Amino acid sequence: MIQPISISFDQLNILTIMPMAVAIFGALTILVIDLFTNKLHKSFFVMLTILFLMIDLGVVLTYTGNPRGFFDLMLVDGISLLSQIIILVGSGLFILLALSQSRFHEYRYPEYFALFLFMIAGFQFMVSSDSLILIFVGLETASMSIYTIIAMHNRTKSIEAAIKYFTIGALATAFFAFGSMILYGVTGTVELGRMAEVFVSTDFANYPYILLGVVFIASALGFKLSLVPFHIWTPDVYEGSSAALAGFLSIVPKIAGFVVVLRFFEVFVLVEDMFVHYLLYGLVVVTITVPNMIALVQTDIKRMLAYSSISHAGFALSAVLVGTTQATNGLFLYWIMFLFTNIGAFAILWVHRRKKDKKYGDGHPFEKFAGLIKTSPVAASIMGLFMLSLAGVPPFSLFWGKMYLIGATISGGELVLAVIMALNSGIAVYYYLKLIVYMFLKDKVEDSEVVLMGNANTTLKAVIGISAIATTISVLFIDRLLELINYYVTTSGF
Amino acid sequence: MEYILTILIFFPAVAAVMGFVVDKNSIRAYGIMVVVVEFLLSMYMWSMFDISEAGMQFAVLIPIISQYGISYNIGIDGISLFLVIMTTFMTMISIIGLSEKRDIKNLILTLLFLEMTMVGVFLALDAILFYVFWELSLVPMLYIIGAWGGKLRIYASIKFFLYTFTGSLLMLVGMLFMGYIYYQYTGTWSFNILDWDMHVPYNMQLWLFLAFFAGFAIKVPMVPFHTWLPYAHGQAPTIGSAILAAVLLKMGTYGFVRFSLPLFPDAAVAFMIPMAILAVVAIIYTAMVAYAQEDIKQVIAYSSVSHMGVIILGIFAINTEGIGGGLFLMISHGVVSGALFMLVGMLYERTGTKMMSEFGGLAKTMPVFAVIFGIMLMASVGLPLTIGFVGEFLALLGFFVVSPTITILAALTIVLGAIYMLVLYKKTFFGPITKPINETLQDIKGRELFALAPLVFIVIFLGIYPKPILEPVNNSVNQLVQEMYIKAGEPITKAKIAHFNTIGGKTP
Repeated sequence: MIQPISISFDQLNILTIMPMAVAIFGALTILVIDLFTNKLHKSFFVMLTILFLMIDLGVVLTYTGNPRGFFDLMLVDGISLLSQIIILVGSGLFILLALSQSRFHEYRYPEYFALFLFMIAGFQFMVSSDSLILIFVGLETASMSIYTIIAMHNRTKSIEAAIKYFTIGALATAFFAFGSMILYGVTGTVELGRMAEVFVSTDFANYPYILLGVVFIASALGFKLSLVPFHIWTPDVYEGSSAALAGFLSIVPKIAGFVVVLRFFEVFVLVEDMFVHYLLYGLVVVTITVPNMIALVQTDIKRMLAYSSISHAGFALSAVLVGTTQATNGLFLYWIMFLFTNIGAFAILWVHRRKKDKKYGDGHPFEKFAGLIKTSPVAASIMGLFMLSLAGVPPFSLFWGKMYLIGATISGGELVLAVIMALNSGIAVYYYLKLIVYMFLKDKVEDSEVVLMGNANTTLKAVIGISAIATTISVLFIDRLLELINYYVTTSGF
Repeated sequence: MEYILTILIFFPAVAAVMGFVVDKNSIRAYGIMVVVVEFLLSMYMWSMFDISEAGMQFAVLIPIISQYGISYNIGIDGISLFLVIMTTFMTMISIIGLSEKRDIKNLILTLLFLEMTMVGVFLALDAILFYVFWELSLVPMLYIIGAWGGKLRIYASIKFFLYTFTGSLLMLVGMLFMGYIYYQYTGTWSFNILDWDMHVPYNMQLWLFLAFFAGFAIKVPMVPFHTWLPYAHGQAPTIGSAILAAVLLKMGTYGFVRFSLPLFPDAAVAFMIPMAILAVVAIIYTAMVAYAQEDIKQVIAYSSVSHMGVIILGIFAINTEGIGGGLFLMISHGVVSGALFMLVGMLYERTGTKMMSEFGGLAKTMPVFAVIFGIMLMASVGLPLTIGFVGEFLALLGFFVVSPTITILAALTIVLGAIYMLVLYKKTFFGPITKPINETLQDIKGRELFALAPLVFIVIFLGIYPKPILEPVNNSVNQLVQEMYIKAGEPITKAKIAHFNTIGGKTP
């Protein structure tokens, strides 16, 4: 017989799930509105979504008090709050891109926005828990929504991408469940904090089983974070999604994944487990290097950016390997800087998207942008700015993230890794430069059928403008930002 | 006038941003105005500069990322003073002499941005700030070579960018590591190079020296990292080559003086002979390659590599004469090679070719041009009483104490330089006129003459009376050498530095 739960409402600390509750409530509201009328324009839903995101952000920003709550399932500590802020800001910028000039299939359905909010709630659960079960539930909620959102783009390639993502995602799910099961079997708990205590108190008894569990979980997270060699789905999925969604996928799901990785590997990094160290080391090195090489030969910008964002994820992952507070600061700094730059870059692709483009279709080959400086100098300059930032040319935003992260790697005693990271930045410059060369140095391909800026309007330009400004003047706010990150990270003990 | 240096750095950039509004028919005048004002500002700064003071002047320090010790930290001493003036001067001259017609607005605005980064590199005293300007200078140059260059321009510009960028990243790792060492010693972060006076363990010094070497040697360029240079020069437009040779290459040698020597005195002394050998190889090998070139611009490009070898040799003599000579040679080579590239550009504009075989007998049709070319060429070779002689002599003199053998080999630069340069001169200017097109060439006049006249004046004036430059340079270099002597950790380093500084019976 199940014991009746006797727990006071105060102890439940219901505030911990307020942010997710706001997102879910928003999603349900949208669905209910859809029941009554179907004449509402997408701009209504976009703004409604933004409103809910803003309330959500408000709840997150004002959250104080006990990090634990809800039967100890929730863990709303500093990095959880910080990553929720990143998720919400990134999502807000992304959903604005739905207000495009051309009309696309997916935005006609209010369900799109409901799914989007469900997904946000999923990510928020994922970062706010240290129970493998709740992480799993959050991960699945988010992933299910993403599969559908991708497929709603309604192109052959989108459906292919969705199915591919779903299949791989299912595999990752199985890995995650299996890994959790093994770890539960060894330690008798699914909470990462307790698990660590058990590991330490028993001096890593049943070591082979622990490693097996670690490998399964690492692979599952590897799929979600698209680390090499689990990255095969990424370029296809990015290619199948709209440019805006691809930009979103390269940022928001990954920060959620990073937080889980941080929590999961914390104990192993702390006790300097050699096996886990080399596992992570190998993952980081191949994830930085291999996609860089593949990106060199891409002919489509979206695929190139897809590979480049895998490589950037590898950069950020190095922080988990190093495991110092400075490195964790570096990870968040890097990702915030990456957020603005990458959203901007994908948004530029998005404004050049045109329905029924006879010559290039849905793709964005380099030739499409040849001689852009002559036809739309501002767009070309801003895209050039984003490319330079991604390449790590100072003083643009990503340089500071890269510098801080490499600095943290050096302070963490991983000098060889720091050199590998530096050399990879050198390789990466080539493919970013390639786009700059096309835009600035090559002549335009004369073709009347190609229409540039076909999808631009004020909202999209505003998003790009915000990203461009954040990228350019990052040097002015980086000190404040680091202070904030440091506050959040140190309060949660990383 | 505390903020004169800040004004000096950002004035061209602000002017460039405002220049977007200026109509493209008036942009030339606007550009010239800006660079003239910038030059006058730098002259004003010189007049305020206290020559007898060896340390940093007009220093400004504003924290940017206080948690990580990065600050906006600038200042100037005798070492950087003339490099800044040379930068503003050469930018001014090359924009006055600019004859490019295509997209002139973009070109001038890009040049103004480039000027900001170049001045910034020479003034930055924070390692990260230095790196920011250092890397940022690549972007305008990439655009200049890639957009206004010759046939292979895109290949050349990408090669230039990739080569220098990759090298500098290793330097960045070195800088971050230095910051970490400082943190270990003091518990606070700082990237201020004046703060970095901790003693770095010998082994670490060697590695850090190599990391910085990767950044600087590619920029100089030193053999065997010089392969990007002939392409960049060959493809770049005239103004690009002039600024590249005059200023950008000097950043590398300046980096050695500003970073490698004072930060790693033991490593610098340990690497003296290897560096000298690389320098001698550069001097002799590239001089021979220069002799084999058909293209006049390539001859000058290779001669640049050769002369940069002499500068490196002087710097790694680690005495006042050598380093001072190296710095003087940086100024003189900047003026002379800039002038030579502009002269070739003028020729190219008239005939559409840079091949020696297409010319001959030009002295008859273009006498003024031939005279100016001759003066510059003599200065490049290092004829006494021209600007080229002073630096070359001092650099070689400085290294003579270290190793007479290497110095004698290096002195071949004068012989070999005379050979390839005089052959070039003979083929181009003397003999009968073989091509009909050369009979009707216009001699230089007006704007071109106006741009070149100051260069000729400087070449001769400083050749006869180099003291205005040498005195402040020597003051600061003396201090640098003393600093190295104090910081040196190994007794043998101390003994060597003391030994090298015995020219003329003085003691350090």
